[in-house]
Amino acid sequence: MTIAATIIATQMPPAPLVRHRRQAAHPALVAAALLVAAVALIPAGFVIWVLIQSGWDTASAMIFRPRVGEIFLATVLLQALAVPLSVLLAVVLAWLTERSDLPFRGLWRWLAVAPLAIPAFVMAYAWDSTLPMLRGLWPAVGISVLAYFPLVYLPVIAQLRRLDPAAEDVAATLGHSPARVFVTVVLPQLRLAILGGGLLIAMHLLAEYGLFVLIRYDTLTVAIVNQFQAVYDGPAANLMGIVLVACAAGLLALEAWLRGDRRYARVGSGAARVAPLARLGKSAPLWMVLPILVSLLAVGLPLATLTRWLWIGGTAALHLDQLLPALGQSAFYAVLGALFVTLAALPIAWLSARAPGPLQRALENVHLHVGALPGVIVALALVAISIRVALPLYQTVATMLIAYVLLFLPRAVVSIRASIAQVPLELQQAATALGRSPFRAALGTTLRLAFPGIAAGMSLVAMGIVTELTATLMLSPIGTETLATQFWSRTGEFDHMGAAPFAIAMVVLSIPLCIILHRQATHTR
Amino acid sequence: MSVLSIRGLAKRYGATQALADFDLDVAGGSRVAIVGPSGSGKTTLLRLIAGFESPDAGEIKLDGQTLATAEAGVPAHRRNVGLVMQEGALFPHLSILDNIRFGITDRADGEAEALKLMDLVELDRAMANRSPHQLSGGQQQRVALARALARKPRLMLLDEPFSALDTELREQLRRATADILSRANVATILVTHDRDEAMGFADQLVVLRNGRLAQAGVPRALYLAPADEGVASFLGAAIVLDAEVSDGHAATMLGNLPLAAAHQAPGRARVLVRPEQLQLAHAGEGGAWRLVSALCVGPTAHVTVAGPAETTISFDTTTVGLPEPGRPVVLSVSGPAHRFA
Repeated sequence: MTIAATIIATQMPPAPLVRHRRQAAHPALVAAALLVAAVALIPAGFVIWVLIQSGWDTASAMIFRPRVGEIFLATVLLQALAVPLSVLLAVVLAWLTERSDLPFRGLWRWLAVAPLAIPAFVMAYAWDSTLPMLRGLWPAVGISVLAYFPLVYLPVIAQLRRLDPAAEDVAATLGHSPARVFVTVVLPQLRLAILGGGLLIAMHLLAEYGLFVLIRYDTLTVAIVNQFQAVYDGPAANLMGIVLVACAAGLLALEAWLRGDRRYARVGSGAARVAPLARLGKSAPLWMVLPILVSLLAVGLPLATLTRWLWIGGTAALHLDQLLPALGQSAFYAVLGALFVTLAALPIAWLSARAPGPLQRALENVHLHVGALPGVIVALALVAISIRVALPLYQTVATMLIAYVLLFLPRAVVSIRASIAQVPLELQQAATALGRSPFRAALGTTLRLAFPGIAAGMSLVAMGIVTELTATLMLSPIGTETLATQFWSRTGEFDHMGAAPFAIAMVVLSIPLCIILHRQATHTR
Repeated sequence: MSVLSIRGLAKRYGATQALADFDLDVAGGSRVAIVGPSGSGKTTLLRLIAGFESPDAGEIKLDGQTLATAEAGVPAHRRNVGLVMQEGALFPHLSILDNIRFGITDRADGEAEALKLMDLVELDRAMANRSPHQLSGGQQQRVALARALARKPRLMLLDEPFSALDTELREQLRRATADILSRANVATILVTHDRDEAMGFADQLVVLRNGRLAQAGVPRALYLAPADEGVASFLGAAIVLDAEVSDGHAATMLGNLPLAAAHQAPGRARVLVRPEQLQLAHAGEGGAWRLVSALCVGPTAHVTVAGPAETTISFDTTTVGLPEPGRPVVLSVSGPAHRFA
């Protein structure tokens, strides 16, 4: 071999010794995470401040009123009906599209995710402008189910695909009929997905504003926003906010209680096999009615309505002179917001993926808890604090961006942490052993490889910002005209034709959301 | 002259003493295998040398330069220590060529250098533009080796680099790696839990147990003269017998066995016989041992023999001329026994 001895160890100048750092977490990252956590505590701090400030007498007089009781009951009733119905619909559809031989399953799967591209308030607008007699509880429940059931459908199909079909085979050999296997073996393993998705729907319904205004159904959030618009920063809105936070806490507690301590871990790696499909046989056409009906009501009718208004209005109603600036403003907030949220989420996501510890866990929980607070609370808190402490920030782009950071921080943390954790630490160590400084090694390997996941998380946030209505209405600086605010002011004036282009723009901008979520649920790693 | 010198190294994780009072010297160009059961501290040792962990006590020196003490250390990226990990840890977003030249700082002739390294590790140059996932496990490990060699490291660390491969490929790549490293003349430390791999690779074997050095030396010497019964059975099947030593021989149930000159002090002792020293033969009715069972697996048979006072011995032997189970047999021992200190 002629290539022998091409490698001779090089004599390098002695490298200086550096004092050991005993903590795996870099102090600068911890400081950044602490700063974000402090900002994340603003809404919770505001709630406590309201409680202390108003005192028991004022608070009880404001909270324990018949009107508040009425609204509270209306909110609870809506939750009690809409959440179980959404779960039922989602599980049946998931079973049909994943575990039965229903024809066109792929199409129905897409159509079951598609409602997520239509913001709930746009769906309500479509129904309201088609059938203006839809008012009150049942229409509110119906539209809520149609708009939000995909939030349970997605985790359930993802979990169904992860299950080891061997367990079902074994149950069959133990004499269980297919139906019993589903109830006794499959359903229990879907529990966490159902509870998680159900909680998500409940939280969305608690925070939803536009849908219930259009259907004339007063929930707590609707009442708070109305109160806020009548009297800025008034005690009544703030104190009703306390009731809303109590509801959110109650939902979290309920979910935790239902979830219990049981975990269903898969024993062994299991078979990489696709579960057998249940044969629907002659009843297939009957089953087909369900996905057809749901698709027509949740996707078909809204899209048909929007197209119809656009058609009737013609090019004149397009209002390109307003549509384009609104698009620009929405894009501005979406891009900047997504960027800030990602920057804010990075420190804690990195720490919890790469240097977990008790402090990091506590900090992470502080980051995540904002997710349980409805948008109105975040908005009320920011209004209160900017008026009292930082007046120059009142009604500025900065406040709006802070609100978006707070609203979307939890989902950014979760997706960035998962993307980072997926990159093997060995790659970063290999880069270090090859002479890259720790910072460059992290940048060149972990962050580089986590980037697609982080980018997907960013686009989810951006789409969330484009269709965010409640906090945007409450906080946007005067003169801000985003797609959502333009749409909303037109529906307020019953200008159905004028609202349609803005609604369609939001739907189009949300289509990637469906694609990303569909892919995440069906490509189980 | 030793390249790497470790003195009194210790590392603790919470309540677990991962490594304690550990000394090691690695000579230039030599190959050292650190072997031990999982949890014995061998990975900790490797991470301490690479700079991913800092020691609680002791000192690591490379070429006379201090790499780490309890207080301070050279950061991992300035140590110029090569590292090949279990599954290669190739950068999935870079081509083979870019992986290999990742650590080459002189960009100008980086590509030529990387291609030469591909020759050295016997990878076809046509693979240069492929992605890591298009390569087999063995090829990936060759890339990882080339990538580490590109930096002309002062020391190469191999962290179970063959364990993810199937048996045949593992042995082939182990030989190739040993060959490449001796041609490159880089001192190497291999960490493994596989004793055959360790003995087949190293000129010096270090056995770790519970974070402490159990024994170190030339592989063959360690196999034939282990320090204690633990090392003996870790390095291979061992038959340990009670013995009475006198006149340079150990009286055991397998007969009078010769002992090495250094171990002839009279008295009670424990001695080691390796199964390959045993021969099994037919006996008349007077044989002291009886073949209880024989499980034949191709060329070898796992046999159990029962002897005086209900003792049984199980070992692997050749199937050639194997007596029928149930028949009396004679057991004889060739070569000396090893007496434990």
